[in-house]
Amino acid sequence: MSSILLQVIVSGLLIGAVYALFSSGLTLIWGMMNVINFAHGDFVMLAMYTAFIVWTVFGGGPLAAVPLAALVLATVGVMSYFLLVRHIMKGPMLAQILGTFGLALLLRYSAFWYFGANFKTLPDNILGPPFVLGDIRVDAPRLLAGTVGLVVTLLLHLILTRTSIGSRMLAVSEDAMAAQLMGIRPERMQAVAWALAAGSTGIAGALIATFFYTSPTVGETLAIIAFVTVAFGGFGSVPGALVAGLLIGVIEALSAYLIGPVYKDVIVYALFVLVLWTRPQGLMGKA
Amino acid sequence: MRRYLLPATFGTLALVYPLLTAGSAVYQRLGALVLLAAIGASAWNLVGGYAGQVSVGHTVFFGAGAYAAIAGYTHFGLPPIAGAPIGALVAVLIAALIGVPTLRLSGHYFSMATIAVAELIRVLVTNWEWVGGAQGISGPAVPRTFLDLSFTSALPYYYLFLAVLGVILFLTWRIEESRMGFYLRAIKDSERAARSLGVAAGRYKLYAYMLSAGLTAVAGSLYAIMFGFIDPESGFGILISVKMLIMAALGGAGLLFGPLVGALILVPLEEISNSLLGGRGAGLTFVVYGAIIVVIARFLPSGLLALFPGRTRHKPLKPDPRHAA
Repeated sequence: MSSILLQVIVSGLLIGAVYALFSSGLTLIWGMMNVINFAHGDFVMLAMYTAFIVWTVFGGGPLAAVPLAALVLATVGVMSYFLLVRHIMKGPMLAQILGTFGLALLLRYSAFWYFGANFKTLPDNILGPPFVLGDIRVDAPRLLAGTVGLVVTLLLHLILTRTSIGSRMLAVSEDAMAAQLMGIRPERMQAVAWALAAGSTGIAGALIATFFYTSPTVGETLAIIAFVTVAFGGFGSVPGALVAGLLIGVIEALSAYLIGPVYKDVIVYALFVLVLWTRPQGLMGKA
Repeated sequence: MRRYLLPATFGTLALVYPLLTAGSAVYQRLGALVLLAAIGASAWNLVGGYAGQVSVGHTVFFGAGAYAAIAGYTHFGLPPIAGAPIGALVAVLIAALIGVPTLRLSGHYFSMATIAVAELIRVLVTNWEWVGGAQGISGPAVPRTFLDLSFTSALPYYYLFLAVLGVILFLTWRIEESRMGFYLRAIKDSERAARSLGVAAGRYKLYAYMLSAGLTAVAGSLYAIMFGFIDPESGFGILISVKMLIMAALGGAGLLFGPLVGALILVPLEEISNSLLGGRGAGLTFVVYGAIIVVIARFLPSGLLALFPGRTRHKPLKPDPRHAA
């Protein structure tokens, strides 16, 4: 294998770990409440601007931005749940789509209005020089993002499967009424799910901001990547999102290298449509 | 007769509206824009409202119509209006192609698949030089003949759009009262129940989707004719789909006049905030848009017209003679 190809695959895996992290948030909400958050990409966008503000206003790097973005986004998530999602969950599907789409527009164009349409970037050397290992050269922000993405995704999985709160959330997602009879408050668990999902999305966003341009509409692209990842990995499954995220990162990097950067989105979208068409429920579990 | 009273009043009002504006170009243009938006939203309503298949990818059909109008002029010297039938045909074909696999998906999956197809096509068109790539293409700068439908006044557009909207609403009304209308509403309520009662759900969803696609393409052609320019964002941008959906939902999705009511509220709102806020208005307009949508979804999930339930009832059909043994 040529070293360039290896380099491409490594950077694909690193970005893939971040995709896995923010897709985990989407899949968690989807699996637990059967609600698709169309504002999910804009949650990532908010976290990116948070990192940007941390840098420009306080001069803080990712170490400060990541926890802060997690906190900000967890708050946004819980607020979205209590003010909007809780009410539209049981409504007609059009109202669900409208509600989260409206939220997406609200967030996206508030950012547009406040920050302007220009791309913002953090300085390249915010984390120091690139790492070199043999023929492979990895920018420090990407390495940090990939590693943290992987660790936090695994942590999220452990919280969901190995802790008492995780079991209670699972109980609510399987049968909210039965869970309530067992003394679990469904609304509280769902709010916790939103906090976890949005918080981990916040971490992902703050990490992406270190090497990717930030713009008000960046969430549009990222949301589609999250949809693809969830569709591949399986509805509600965090390990599925991890595998799928890594896979999509590599596919994207390879198609950008082999076919051309312009077409990497085309390949990913086409793959998404193909998965939906050929395995409408198969890869994703129940509809 | 009473049920025709309100539509007749509004129809008359629409016909004389330009006279009431006392020749004000701004209000004539506003009227034309409201009608244009209502055409698109009413076309979406057929599949999104009546059949409950929430497409967020109708921008594909809009773009097909808009690009057909301008590309026909650029490459073959056709009058842009020729793009309407060509674009509609292309849109119906695309709808048939993507509809067969996509309409099998239910609920959110359908919406997501339509978004992905739309984004896919937007990226492809952005890289397609024949239709101008990212720059877009322009229609005739100076009208060659009357057929180019290039007017400085908005008045001819107003009446053109009014006529098209009238045709679409009439069509929708006929479908609403027909067997197909009942099938579509049954599919919306519960596709499984409809199937178990013998409704060919797949076929009727596809019919509604194709018809809706063709009419959306007409809206795209009319847009291109009025504005004389089209680029990937104004032809295939995701916001075009979203606006159709929002207008229909605000007024009342699955109701004949729902999309028109939504357009009557949102288009003036958009124009006013654009003109008040100037260059930065574009962002704020959509903030307001977003807020309105959230409020509708939260408090009025069935739209404004749902506040008047008397208007939404349908008279029963006679039994199908084929089934009357």
